[in-house]
Amino acid sequence: MIGFSVNGKRVDLEVDPSTPLLWVIREQLGLTGTKYGCGMAQCGACTVHINGEAVRSCVAPVSRAAGTSVTTIEGLSPDLSHPLQRAWLEEDVPQCGYCQSGQLMSAAVLLREKPAPSDEDIDEAMTGNICRCGTYPRIRKAIHRAAAMVAKGGAR
Amino acid sequence: MIRQKMVSENASGGIQRRDFLKVTVAASGGLLIGFHFFGVSQLASAQASSASSFMPNAFVRIGTDENITVIVNHSEMGQGVYTSLPMLLADELDADWSKIGYEPAPVDPKYNHPVFGVQMTGGSSSVYSGLQQFRQAGAAARALLIAAAAQQWNVDASACRTESGAVFNGTRRLSYGQLVGAAAKLTPPANVQLKDPKDFKLIGKPLKRLDTSVKINGSAEFGIDVKLPGMLTAVIARPPIFGESVKNFDDTRARSMPGVRKIVAIPAGVAVIADTFWQAKVARDALRVEWDEGKMANFNTSTMMQDFRERAKTAGASVRKDGDAESALASAARKIDAVYEVPYLSHLMMEPLNCVVDLRADSCEVWTGSQFQTVDRANAARIAGLPTEKVQLHTTFLGGGFGRRANPQSDFVVEATHVAKAAGAPIKVIWTREDDMQGGWYRPAFLHAIEGGIDASGNAVSWRSRLVGQSIMEGTPFAAMMLKGKQYDPASVEGVDDLPYAIPNVTVECHQAEIGVPVQWLRSVGHSHTAFAVECFVDELAALAQKDPYQFRRQLLQKQPRYLGVLDLAAQKAGWGKPLPKGMGRGIAVHFAFESYSAHVAEVSVTDGKVRVHRMVCAIDCGQYVNPGIIAAQTEGGAIFGASAALFQELTFANGRLQQTNFNTFPVLRMNECPVIETHIVENKEKAGGIGEPGVPCAAPAIANAVFAVTGKRIRRLPIRLTEAV
Repeated sequence: MIGFSVNGKRVDLEVDPSTPLLWVIREQLGLTGTKYGCGMAQCGACTVHINGEAVRSCVAPVSRAAGTSVTTIEGLSPDLSHPLQRAWLEEDVPQCGYCQSGQLMSAAVLLREKPAPSDEDIDEAMTGNICRCGTYPRIRKAIHRAAAMVAKGGAR
Repeated sequence: MIRQKMVSENASGGIQRRDFLKVTVAASGGLLIGFHFFGVSQLASAQASSASSFMPNAFVRIGTDENITVIVNHSEMGQGVYTSLPMLLADELDADWSKIGYEPAPVDPKYNHPVFGVQMTGGSSSVYSGLQQFRQAGAAARALLIAAAAQQWNVDASACRTESGAVFNGTRRLSYGQLVGAAAKLTPPANVQLKDPKDFKLIGKPLKRLDTSVKINGSAEFGIDVKLPGMLTAVIARPPIFGESVKNFDDTRARSMPGVRKIVAIPAGVAVIADTFWQAKVARDALRVEWDEGKMANFNTSTMMQDFRERAKTAGASVRKDGDAESALASAARKIDAVYEVPYLSHLMMEPLNCVVDLRADSCEVWTGSQFQTVDRANAARIAGLPTEKVQLHTTFLGGGFGRRANPQSDFVVEATHVAKAAGAPIKVIWTREDDMQGGWYRPAFLHAIEGGIDASGNAVSWRSRLVGQSIMEGTPFAAMMLKGKQYDPASVEGVDDLPYAIPNVTVECHQAEIGVPVQWLRSVGHSHTAFAVECFVDELAALAQKDPYQFRRQLLQKQPRYLGVLDLAAQKAGWGKPLPKGMGRGIAVHFAFESYSAHVAEVSVTDGKVRVHRMVCAIDCGQYVNPGIIAAQTEGGAIFGASAALFQELTFANGRLQQTNFNTFPVLRMNECPVIETHIVENKEKAGGIGEPGVPCAAPAIANAVFAVTGKRIRRLPIRLTEAV
């Protein structure tokens, strides 16, 4: 039995501890917003937070989550009110949308650590997240926009 | 995806207004207006009006709650059709945009592509082929609502007007929701008047996409996210070499692994069916499969390209012949030749292929991100042994398509249906990233040899192109239409067969290579390689003539105003000719594809043999446009897609085995490598063109030409490797 919290809710699961956290989140917990893209921490589509840290859940065994607090895209905000989500809407960021959960989860850690990120900070934090549609220019703008919102006191 | 010339040929047959709108009484008594094109006349009674909603035609449902749902017959794979097509309908309907929603169309002939005759998404054609369709549907619905209101008020319809989701007569107002019941009882008009474009309220505006919210909170449902009660998951062992089949397999270990329910051989390979993906994947990897050796065991891309080089030395099937290129070459003052090579490419959608099938005794439901609904449904029915009408296909969001999800054999649907037959339960087949990359249907590798000559004054006088590569149309539903009477595949040569430059002697020839690698259309198709060769060679001719590459093109495009328009706009916005910091250079390219014109100027630097693209200025002329915000997004995405191929991407085979497996060996441009991209739209009233693909072709040649500006070295092979430059 492995126990941890997901988006604030406690879960206890009977699961092979070597199973990647990604598939436990998607299949056992039914939270399909977290995506499979590569299975080897190359693309970032599966990014979630474990105790606030961005983790590629496709290579993290579920045992690593034991006793921790996991946040997925479904837990970023209950109502699209996170400054990043608001900025994503303003900049019309997504195209196909498949990578966007991972992009947002990586950006959320960046914004918390660096409330006014430079372009170099964005490069560093976001280079592990691939977008095949090519939304990078809009992601960059949206992160800056979210930072500006936070600076103006627009944060939750 | 499909060559655009077909559009004008077919469309010139003309859509007669009287044939356009036909009224049928649906089984339930509701009204459906069907759109009849090119012999497609069957109308299903799939959905109809009810007490709480009214479907004036197949493309729109109006609720008593004022919500309006637009039924979209094209797949949403990022290109914005769930926004742009509803805009067309909503504008003619005078709807309140905040009440507009979207819904994927079921598979039905009434949702067939008006040009291609099947339900599909491709060829950058959704907006321009749907332009009339969706506007007509909105206008027809509006006419019914007006008629219903006029009847209630006992006034003439001409005394009514519409605005923001309501009909008005003087100060009297009836909302569309209030008119649902009355309108459903009326006969749709035989004829509808479309708006004068000057009265558009939505079309032409950069409205925000309607599908963003669900894509930023995890709720958008892609094929891989579909869940059914009792569903099992399968992962398939497919042959490591194309053309091989299962000889025998040992599943002793795999069978005893946790969660494994069944292991079965299917035509595609060996399927492991388990409770979860991870269990299926681990057991699949534990299988020991012996494969029958096919014909590809000795296949190497390096020898293939060597063979292509030899073939290019001989004349191929004639594609175009203006004047006498051979003689003009012989008598040219100066000449140059170059051989351009591009590799096989993977579509590499972020969402790997997957398909859910629920097969019952007398019915079958399929959920997948399809770009090819009619074909996929028919193939699922064939494998299931059911009549087509017993199969429903539900189109989910597509986590990227780029052509791969319009597979001529429905490969990912067919094998999932085979697995479903064996599973005895609803089944989801998931391809791992490696399965997806190694599963075939690539953009074919091409070799393009060009010889050109200039006269003593530096005018281009001769051009001879010879291409060698595989056909993508062979074996597809479009083969008969596309290849009829031709010794070459038009999709191989699109983008050079219509070389626009004023050169008096032009020859284009093509050799078709027969190779057992499955190939398919990939975003911008033939243009993805012809633009590279053509626009790099034009640069080489300019250098030979000692002319500026932009001015050299201008001179040869004097009779091509729309090419000139984008070329000038891109050059001007990029500051062509203005000095750049040391170590940086600019390159330019212009191209026509999918009924649109585009030009790119790339600014690059080269450090320690590494190319860095700093800025791309893109000009696009897609005629009358619907949503400039989406156009900018598609142009940015196209430039990045093209730059990824130019800088990084190559699939190679050694002894029949593909050498690349995942993003680490087939890279995609990342945030830290992404240039600043500007999009500038040419304003005009020309016929609407495509936008999903036209942004791709110019990226590679603009970058390669910029590398020449910095280094003095020519790039003739993609991906760019400076060690190979000449």
